[in-house]
Amino acid sequence: MRSTWDNAWTIAKRELRAYFATPLALVFLTVFVALTGALTFYIGQFFDRGQADLFPFFAYHPWLYLLLVPAVAMRLWAEERKSGTIELLMTLPITPFEAILGKFLAAWAFIGLALILTFPIWITVNVLGSPDNGVIFSSYLGSFLMAGAFLAIGSFVATLTKNQVIAFIVASLICFLFTMSGLDLVQNSLRAWTPAVFSSAISSMSFLSHFQRITRGVLDLPTLIFFFSMIVFWLFATVIAIDQKKAQ
Amino acid sequence: MTVLIEAVGLHKRFGDIKAVNGISLKVAKGEVLGFLGPNGAGKSTTMKMITGFLEPDAGLASICGIDVFKEPKNAKAKFGYVPEGAPSYGEMTTRAFLSFIAEIRGYRGAAIVSRVANAVERAGLGPVLDQVIDTLSKGYKRRVGLAQAILHDPPVLIMDEPTDGLDPNQKHHVRNLITDMAADKAIIISTHILEEVEAVCSRAVVINKGVIVADGTADDLLQRMHYHGAVSLKVVADRADAAIRALTNAAAIASVETLGKPNGHLLLRAIPHQKTMTAAEVAAVLRAQNIPVDELYVERGRLDDVFRKITMPEEGDSNA
Repeated sequence: MRSTWDNAWTIAKRELRAYFATPLALVFLTVFVALTGALTFYIGQFFDRGQADLFPFFAYHPWLYLLLVPAVAMRLWAEERKSGTIELLMTLPITPFEAILGKFLAAWAFIGLALILTFPIWITVNVLGSPDNGVIFSSYLGSFLMAGAFLAIGSFVATLTKNQVIAFIVASLICFLFTMSGLDLVQNSLRAWTPAVFSSAISSMSFLSHFQRITRGVLDLPTLIFFFSMIVFWLFATVIAIDQKKAQ
Repeated sequence: MTVLIEAVGLHKRFGDIKAVNGISLKVAKGEVLGFLGPNGAGKSTTMKMITGFLEPDAGLASICGIDVFKEPKNAKAKFGYVPEGAPSYGEMTTRAFLSFIAEIRGYRGAAIVSRVANAVERAGLGPVLDQVIDTLSKGYKRRVGLAQAILHDPPVLIMDEPTDGLDPNQKHHVRNLITDMAADKAIIISTHILEEVEAVCSRAVVINKGVIVADGTADDLLQRMHYHGAVSLKVVADRADAAIRALTNAAAIASVETLGKPNGHLLLRAIPHQKTMTAAEVAAVLRAQNIPVDELYVERGRLDDVFRKITMPEEGDSNA
C-alpha cells in the first residue's frame, strides 16, 4: 500500500510538472476563473439577488465541468500513446493502477487549483455581507468531489480511444447524462414507462441533485459516498480498459 | 550458465494475423542476443511480451526466474527496456527525466543523484543534462532512452533497435556501451543492421513470420551459405580453361563456379568439399600448373545474403 502511494505520487508530480511545461495550463486556469466569474455576475445575477451567498457561483459548476473536465481528461493517455512513452511507463516496476491513480490525482489537483483561484469571489461576498462560510466551504468541497467524478469518467473514456476529440465528446456526453438524470426533463420521460424504483435509482445517480444538496448546506454521508464510489468505480474501469487497450 | 531471460512458446495474434507463433528462447548471463528479422517478423511483439507490456495469447516469459505475468512488478524491477524509438517525456530535461525514472525505481534522496550521475556518465549525456529532451538531437534522445534503461544497473537489458537512425559514430558509441556491459548481464537487442550482429552479439536468432528460423553465432549463420569458406580467384582469361581443369581435378575442391569476366580476366570460385580448404592449397594447385593468379581470397559469406536466404527461402541463394 505504501509503495502504491509512493509510485502514484511520483507519477502525479511528473504529470503536474508536465501540465505547466506548456502555456495550455495557464490558458485553462484563466478560462475557468473568467467563466466562473462571468456566469456568477452576469447570468447568475449575483448583485441583483441581494443575498450574501455563493449560490449563483456554484450553480454553474456542473455545466462548466461538463466542458472543461473532459478537456483535461482527454489528454491523460493520448500523449503517452502518441510518443510511445506508454510502453516505457507500463514496463517500469509499477502497476497500471498506480499509473492511473497518479495521473488522476495530478489532474484532480490541477482542477483543485483552478477552484482555489476563484477565491476572489469568496472575498467579495465576505466584504459585501456576512455569508455562511460553512456552506461555502462545503460547497467548494462538493464541487471538488464532483469534478473528481467527472474526471474519473473522462479518464476511462480517454483510455478507450486514441483520438482526443472523440474522447472529449464522448466524455462530455456521459458526464451530461450523469448530470441530467435528476432533472424533471429526464425523470418525467422515465416515469411514464418505468417502475418508480428504476426512475428513482436513475435520479439518485444524478450529479446535479447530489451537488445541489451540498450547495444548499447539506453535506451528508450518502453524498460523500456517492461521489467517492463514482471515482473509485470509474478508476477501476480505467484499469481494466488500459490493460486491454494499452498496446493499440 | 545462468539463464536470465526465458521465453517459452509465446503466441500472439492480432485479428487474423499470427504476429508471433510459438517463440521460445533462453539468454544466459554474459550473452548478447541479436534478434534479427525483416520488418513485421514479430521482433517488437516478442520483446513487448517478454517485457510484460503485451499479454501473450499463450506462453510464458520470465526474467531472472520471475514470471513476467504473475509477478509483473518484481520482474520489471530486474530489467531495463528501451522500447522502439527510445521514447521519453519530451517536455522534461534530461536530468528531470532520469530523476523521475530513478524515483520510480525506488531510489530516494542522494541515491537518485548518484544513480543519475552514473547513467549520464555512461551514456555520455553530460553536455545535455539540463536541456529539454525535445530539443536534443536524435543521437542524444536515443542515449537518454538508453540511460533510462541502465540507470538501475539491471541484470537484464532488452533493447528494440537501439542504434536505428544513428550516425556511424553514435552507433559505435552505443555498441561500445553494450559490449562494456555484456559480461555480467543478459542482453537482447533487436536489429536489422547485420553488421551489428558481428560487432556486438555473441549469438543471433533470426525470426520470420513469427517463428524462429535460425539460432546460432554469426559464424554459424554464415556457414549456411554454400560458398562459405570457398576461395575466389582471378586469373588471366587465356589460362581460364586450364585453371578450371586444374581446380576441378584437385581433391579438396567440390566444384568450380565462374563468376564473371571483367576486362581480360576471369573470376572463379572454388567450392570445397569440407569447409576446411585454405587459400594456400588452391594457390598451390594453380602454381603447379604455372597459372598466374592475380587475386585470391577466402569467402566468408555476407550476413546480408544469409539473412535473405533464411527469410526469403523462395529466392534462395541462386544469385549468391
